[in-house]
Amino acid sequence: MSEFFHMGGYAAFVWPCMALAVVVLGWNVLAARRLHALARERALRRTAAGKGAP
Amino acid sequence: MNWTWFHKLASPPHAYRIAGSLTPWFGWPAFVLIAVGLFGGLVLAPADYQQGDAFRIVYVHAPSAWLSMFVYGTMAAAAAIGLIWRIKLAHAVAAASAPVGASFTVLALATGSIWGKPMWGTWWVWDARLTSELLLLFLYAGVIALRGSIDDRGRADRASALLAIVGVVNLPIIHYSVNWWNTLHQASTLTKLGKPSMAGGMLWPLLTMLLGFTLYFGAVLLVRLRGEILLRERDASWLRTVLAR
Amino acid sequence: MTRTGFLGAAWLAYRRDLVLALRHWGQVAQPLIFFVMITTLFPLALDPQLAELRRIAAGILWVAALLASLLGLELLFRSDHADGTLEQMCLSGQPLSVLALAKGLAHWTVCGLPIVLLTPFVATGIGVPFEAVGTAMQSLALGTGILSALGAIGSALTLGLRRGSLLLGLLVLPLAMPALIFGARAIDLSIHGDTARGPLLLLAAMLVLALTLAPPAVAAALRISAE
Repeated sequence: MSEFFHMGGYAAFVWPCMALAVVVLGWNVLAARRLHALARERALRRTAAGKGAP
Repeated sequence: MNWTWFHKLASPPHAYRIAGSLTPWFGWPAFVLIAVGLFGGLVLAPADYQQGDAFRIVYVHAPSAWLSMFVYGTMAAAAAIGLIWRIKLAHAVAAASAPVGASFTVLALATGSIWGKPMWGTWWVWDARLTSELLLLFLYAGVIALRGSIDDRGRADRASALLAIVGVVNLPIIHYSVNWWNTLHQASTLTKLGKPSMAGGMLWPLLTMLLGFTLYFGAVLLVRLRGEILLRERDASWLRTVLAR
Repeated sequence: MTRTGFLGAAWLAYRRDLVLALRHWGQVAQPLIFFVMITTLFPLALDPQLAELRRIAAGILWVAALLASLLGLELLFRSDHADGTLEQMCLSGQPLSVLALAKGLAHWTVCGLPIVLLTPFVATGIGVPFEAVGTAMQSLALGTGILSALGAIGSALTLGLRRGSLLLGLLVLPLAMPALIFGARAIDLSIHGDTARGPLLLLAAMLVLALTLAPPAVAAALRISAE
């Protein structure tokens, strides 16, 4: 198991790369969700303002 | 030929709904493929003869480099469709793709750079692949910056679409020039960035990761696309029915 | 009343830009001075021995020409956009890409050509041997031409934007990198006494490509920006 983490001596290179990949994958998901939420909010405000408050 | 299905698809309310229902069909397979690919690459695959375990970086480097180019192609194609046929949805796809592609270009550069240290002894090397990736990042930055600096969304879409197309026309020229330049200046000790000859046990995780990353892009694109559609919509009626849910 | 053909319109546009530039020759001189200044930075920042500078002279010349040309792109559409002439051009019924080509040519005459003419002096100052100066001029002539064409696209896309000049650099420089690679290589070969024919021909091919594809792109960009 520790051999796995050791990565043949290259651990200091392999694991940061994996970590960066996780960060980028995660960021894309979060950013996409945030964009969608922001756009929904703006659209809701636009429609509420246009037709008067419900 | 009856094109009504196409126009229906390109209409914002439909596209919005379809994007929503398609997302899990891309997202979950992507998650599984990436998990399986990482397990195969990090655990199952044998260590490389020359590079040892360091070669395992390829399992994130190659898919991100692939995505950086695939996404740019998608963005440029969507830009062309948006400009030529004036379809707002296409511009929305281009706008949604750009930041995703840029992030994977950064990842490709970072992992490529880190991989270079144990291989060549330096944190950076001006080899053809890394330099091309860097230029690609500049192209992405230009498209994103241009879109961001124009307030009118229609003009922003069309201007960045034109720039994306100009960029894609330049890509083969850039690729050829950088390759040629690199052959002139290649230090004798340099080898091409890490593609070890891949035995079977090494190859299938790589293909799995490539497919997984591509499906992942599909899922992220669909979510961003919904946001971009909403940002571009003025007609209130369909918005209210869809958003009320 | 005779209708002006597109060649006549192109000549009028070219001549007009030239006349306007001559009237404001102070503005036109700025990119030139910038070119000389940038070149001067390198001996100051590095070893001023000509033998040392000679090794990087090709790069210095090209970088300086690129950056100075970027500055000069300001002149291309901005004043026409500001006073409404550009709109008139779009509405004139003349093919917009031809007018764009004419304006680009005028811009090169006023900005790129002077850089080429200054090159012998600047190049000698950074150690380029006399025999290589001719190649340097050819390389920069082709290069500034390519820059004018590509820069026109960027200039048209960023019309009227605040801080458009910063953005312009970001847009145009990546597109200019292939030309930089071959152009600097040509000068470097010549400095070492070898023939620069290969890179120069490639550079010329790039220029032809740029002159063919850029004008329609500029016209499209102008229409996008004019709305």
